[in-house]
Amino acid sequence: MTTAAPSPSARLSVIDLELSARRRRESLMARGLRRLRRDRLTLVALSILFILAMLSVFAPVITGAMGIDPNATNPTQGFLPIGSPGNLLGTDKIGRDQFARILHAGRVSLGIGFFGALFSLTIGTTFGVMAGYWGGAFDDIMNWIITTLDSIPSLFILVILSSALRPSAEVLILIVSLIGWTGATRLMRGQTLKLKNMDYILSARAMGASALRIMFVHIVPNIFSYTALALAGGIGGLILTESGLSFLGLGVQPPTATWGNMLTDAQQMFRRGPHLVFVPGLMIFVTVLCLYIIGDGLRDAFDPKTED
Amino acid sequence: MVKYVVRRLLQSIPILFGITLLSYLLMTAAPGGPVAALAFDPRISAAERQRLEARLGVNDPWLVQYLRWLIGDDWMRRDTDGDGIADTAILIPLDANGDGVPEPPGERRGVLRGDFGISFTHRRPVLDVLFERVPATLELSISALLIGASVGITIGVLAAVRRGSIFDNLTRVLAVVFDAIPGFWLGLMLILLLGSQLGLLPMQGRCRVTMDDSCPPVYQRIEYLILPTFILSTGLIAGYSRFTRASMLDVMGEDYMRTARAKGLRERVVWFKHGARNALIPIATFLGPALTGLLGGAVITETVFSWPGVGREAIAAVSQRNYPVVMAVTVYAALATIIGYLISDILYGIIDPRIRLE
Repeated sequence: MTTAAPSPSARLSVIDLELSARRRRESLMARGLRRLRRDRLTLVALSILFILAMLSVFAPVITGAMGIDPNATNPTQGFLPIGSPGNLLGTDKIGRDQFARILHAGRVSLGIGFFGALFSLTIGTTFGVMAGYWGGAFDDIMNWIITTLDSIPSLFILVILSSALRPSAEVLILIVSLIGWTGATRLMRGQTLKLKNMDYILSARAMGASALRIMFVHIVPNIFSYTALALAGGIGGLILTESGLSFLGLGVQPPTATWGNMLTDAQQMFRRGPHLVFVPGLMIFVTVLCLYIIGDGLRDAFDPKTED
Repeated sequence: MVKYVVRRLLQSIPILFGITLLSYLLMTAAPGGPVAALAFDPRISAAERQRLEARLGVNDPWLVQYLRWLIGDDWMRRDTDGDGIADTAILIPLDANGDGVPEPPGERRGVLRGDFGISFTHRRPVLDVLFERVPATLELSISALLIGASVGITIGVLAAVRRGSIFDNLTRVLAVVFDAIPGFWLGLMLILLLGSQLGLLPMQGRCRVTMDDSCPPVYQRIEYLILPTFILSTGLIAGYSRFTRASMLDVMGEDYMRTARAKGLRERVVWFKHGARNALIPIATFLGPALTGLLGGAVITETVFSWPGVGREAIAAVSQRNYPVVMAVTVYAALATIIGYLISDILYGIIDPRIRLE
């Protein structure tokens, strides 16, 4: 650029070169975030999920300020319709305020989904990266365990376990993460296998990096997009699992509300209060849909293979 | 091939043992045993309860109970002198209910000898109870699998051929949407809309209620199958269409596709004859996961639609602590999954000559 008076087209091409050079220098993370900012659908899903999460986290504050107790029963005021004065979303069959229960249920449902997915992903990433990187006997044993666990229909184990333990939300988190880690392990193992023969891993090894350092400093950050995808998908899947389990009456037990156990005995509520069936299910649907969209968006944004 | 199948089946034996042992442990660890679930009646005396518990053998240590389930108890409490009264016993007491009289000799032969026991609630052999319910479950699962695979694969192929079209985008969005809807809730909403409000389809059951619980042949009661099949197949349609689309797009880059085009074949022939045929190969592997999904989904779908199948029976058995039925269903589910995965691997080997099973 210091040469005298280059032609306009030459200058343009130099700027182009600089731009592409800058783009190449741009870190994966920065590029991902830049792409994410342009992805309207994912941003909308993120905002909706953020609002739902905030409503859930601050549920006690909100309902407290409104002076409603989600567990206060009032049998004479059962099955009030949506829009009743004082009960925004009406009341259930024993007169509990539906709006307060939806918010408090979101706390539990989102909590189970988030922590359950986080735990199984942590287990899965650890085992998956180790199995993929080390290979050999460790990999064989992990494979055997995973194949075994996967050949049990997990819903049966869940049904038996929850019927035996009558789980609280915390115990349910533990159960689902101990059952659900195999999928994440398989995913992370596969990604590790892809990465471990790449040149940068070889050079790290040549510089004397330890196996643990390679695994957790060089491999794990590079499979971040898959971790994010698995986390979003995992939360969604677990919210669905919890709702199915609770619908069968086997999940978290009342009076603690979850979006799933608000639908237990839904068939009996149809005639008098269809809204009691509609709203909790809609909350599950919207939340899970947002999570799946976010998962897809994150994958597209952070996938190093896709071009702008 | 035979060697491979035998080895896989042998490998699944320890898995089956593990599953049944774990299930038995969990089930017996649950508070509130079968007798509490069977006899809510407060008038039943403590002595009577004890007699019932002794008869069902649910007071023995869980490992003994598991052994009885597995290999029977005719060797545990025996009648050696042929007078019809038990006189020797190992592992279990001779007089289990403490009334001073020995219990009758053990009669259970155990699962390994084909005896799955007597259902606590039905007072009939467990296998009889289950076999009555298997046809209903098969009817629902098979129709869901057929619909799911045919609709899903068709959508997947068409979406890949017209990549980026409105059809492609629409079906991809729908696949995500249907994945995110809780199946049982969608079922409830459809029952409410089509069954209750519009009266178009029956709301529940497998057929019109009859005196002897029997149902006419399927073709006379298709309307009862429509909603549950739809609910059970949505997940499969979404899964199959996504899998097929990805597989088609993979195949698109292959050399033989370019060769086919270079030969001047029409696009239609290239896509469907050269592309789809090869793209469908990996889809055989989807059968295993699809079966597991069906088994789990059937439990919930059968409950929503009061479908008299194995899944609904399983839920009832778990809440009634009906150990023999729970165990039988566990074995059934595990076997179905193991065999499903095996079949999908074998299919893969048959369809694709490049795959060698060893």
